[in-house]
Amino acid sequence: MLGLSKKDTSFLIAVIFLTLATPILLQPFPEGSALAQFNAGYPDLMQRFAIYGIFAIGFNILFGLTGYLSFGHAAFLGVGSYSVVWMYKLLSYNVVPGLILAIIMSGLFALLIGYISLRRSGIYFSILTLAFAQMSFNLAYSVLTPLTNGETGLQVYTDDPQVLMDAASPSSPHFFGIVMNESSKIDVGGWLFTFNNGYYFCAIIAIVVFYLSMRIFRSPFGIMLRAIKTNQTRMNYTGLNPRPYTLAAFVISGMYAGLAGGLLASMDPLAGAERMQWTASGEVVLMTILGGAGTLMGPILGAGFIKYFENIFSKINDTVLHGWFSALPDGLEDAIVFLFHPFIGKGWHLTLGLLFMLVVIFLPGGLIEGGTRIWNSVTGRNRKKKQDQGDHHPKPAAHVN
Amino acid sequence: MDAIILQILNGLDKGSAYALIALGLTLIFGTLGVVNFAHGALFMLGSFCAVTMQRILTLSYTIEDPTQKDFLGNPLKVDTPYLVSWFGESTGQALIEWSVPLAILFAIPVMLLVGYVMERGLIKHFYKRPHADQILVTFGLAIVIQEIIKYFYGANPIPTPAPDMFKGSLDFGVLIGYAQNTIIYPYWRLVYFLFSAVIISAVFAFLRFTTFGMVVRAGMADRETVGLLGINIDKRFTIMFGIAAAVAGLAGVMYAPINSPNYHMGMDFLVLSFVVVVVGGMGSLPGAVLAGFLLGILESFASMNEVKSLIPGIDQIIIYLVAIIILLTRPRGLMGRRGVMEE
Repeated sequence: MLGLSKKDTSFLIAVIFLTLATPILLQPFPEGSALAQFNAGYPDLMQRFAIYGIFAIGFNILFGLTGYLSFGHAAFLGVGSYSVVWMYKLLSYNVVPGLILAIIMSGLFALLIGYISLRRSGIYFSILTLAFAQMSFNLAYSVLTPLTNGETGLQVYTDDPQVLMDAASPSSPHFFGIVMNESSKIDVGGWLFTFNNGYYFCAIIAIVVFYLSMRIFRSPFGIMLRAIKTNQTRMNYTGLNPRPYTLAAFVISGMYAGLAGGLLASMDPLAGAERMQWTASGEVVLMTILGGAGTLMGPILGAGFIKYFENIFSKINDTVLHGWFSALPDGLEDAIVFLFHPFIGKGWHLTLGLLFMLVVIFLPGGLIEGGTRIWNSVTGRNRKKKQDQGDHHPKPAAHVN
Repeated sequence: MDAIILQILNGLDKGSAYALIALGLTLIFGTLGVVNFAHGALFMLGSFCAVTMQRILTLSYTIEDPTQKDFLGNPLKVDTPYLVSWFGESTGQALIEWSVPLAILFAIPVMLLVGYVMERGLIKHFYKRPHADQILVTFGLAIVIQEIIKYFYGANPIPTPAPDMFKGSLDFGVLIGYAQNTIIYPYWRLVYFLFSAVIISAVFAFLRFTTFGMVVRAGMADRETVGLLGINIDKRFTIMFGIAAAVAGLAGVMYAPINSPNYHMGMDFLVLSFVVVVVGGMGSLPGAVLAGFLLGILESFASMNEVKSLIPGIDQIIIYLVAIIILLTRPRGLMGRRGVMEE
């Protein structure tokens, strides 16, 4: 179906189902129960899952396939956000023109940066992209203030032209009348499910771009990109110039980032320069590596994982911990809370850093590789594979009898 | 002319910091071949050594002073640092005032140890892994160090003043024949520049004139052969890592009065130092120092009002712009060796 193999089709269907059912799946605990704080089914967070998922999928097309580690992808995120808010200011709150502009602008921007940066590889490429992103960030803060509104951030004011705006159109971001921040709530016996328009808008776009990235992964183009990662010199020797391929990958991933940035501004009509800072670029690197670079599902998992912990983990404080361990003797309880204290609440970045290091050290393939290893050891597939190999490859025989 | 001299002087202190960090980065890259993204964190740790020293020296106990009364009529509680009660008022206060320079003594062993533990515990396992993995793991380590510091010292910058002796400014213009108050340069920045010049010369002299340094240089040129000659080169490289960490730490200690230490200062400097290293040429020590000062001075020139009115925003991007131009036109940097990381 849709040019995918049978296995991929069922995978895509599973992803579609999971994405669409997210508001239900992420709300496993009834309202008011002690575990309700682990529920992630509120619109703001779900939107972030989808948006950063798109960002990470795009980054993965560059880093996962070609191995070029860009430390400047946040620049495209920022460009996307600014484009969308400008379209709000000039036309109306409909997000479609803004998103189209976001993709075009970030694509052009990526073409420019990629054309220059891709002349070098390895660490130099990382530094070049980092330098470009920092340059855009600094400029957005200072000289480009008329375009970006500097530190205040770009937002819509009442005296903006908004030429397509009439009395009937909504005064917040909408998709042909479907207002993004509206949601319907359903209460099923204590479970409160929120179905948010904005989330579904992002989710559908995320599914489409996921499908696109799947096609890229399976296409000859994707195989070419992987060949570049494996051995660029050999590519050169076979008479292929890798530059156009890497540039194409860079531009595609830049457009993904621009789209993600545009969606961020579609959910909340604001754009600030801090979205372009290199810490934001670092975040997408973390997401991709944590989930598993070069795999289809990994970056989305990583994005979801980080955003979930950013929102949920950081809310746990000492009182909550005391609540959990209240069954233990007092001294032990205090000791455990004291032990966990640096890692929770505001300290969740420490947990993230440690986790990231552990993943890089022990699981270079990320969470996906961890999952596969566990799955294989449960089903015993590794052993089977080894036996297979034994059967298919006859033992080397002596040349002279 | 006086404006130019002033800008050169202004560039020197920031340039010194860049040069010291870049020197450490290059030492690590040249010896171990590792791209260390945690080097900024080491600089930050150095700054916090100064903060720690200040805190240790001002450790106090509280006594009730019956001769003084607070506004309610109760005996006034007075904090007295232990140092003051041990060494008397003047010596104790002087010691506290000199906490930043004293922190150097404290920072050297601490940073050597941190560097040693880092290399043996973590970096050692990454020699055979790709550069991307090294960048990622040290990036993670930088986050961890940063968060630990944030946990213990809080998120706000902590002012660490220089000794009173260096509080004022030197009227440099008078010395070379200009009118008064044309070229003013704070004493501490001068101290910082001289200090970094001393450290840089010490590192170069160490590599140049000691047997240990000779072996290390030989190892940088051809690690395998040195190993085959029966020299334990790994051990020496580990020590070099410790020294590189100590250099970054010292740069941080002395920088504390210029810029109050906060937990993310390392990251801010790291990005720029990497640019410096790349401009100077990967693996070239003189290149790193030269590029550090060059970019520091360029940055201060770009922030002159005359230049800014000519090209708006140039002060924000000059370093990156120079880096991009150099990387594209001269792939191995200003003084890089042929064939080292030239892809």
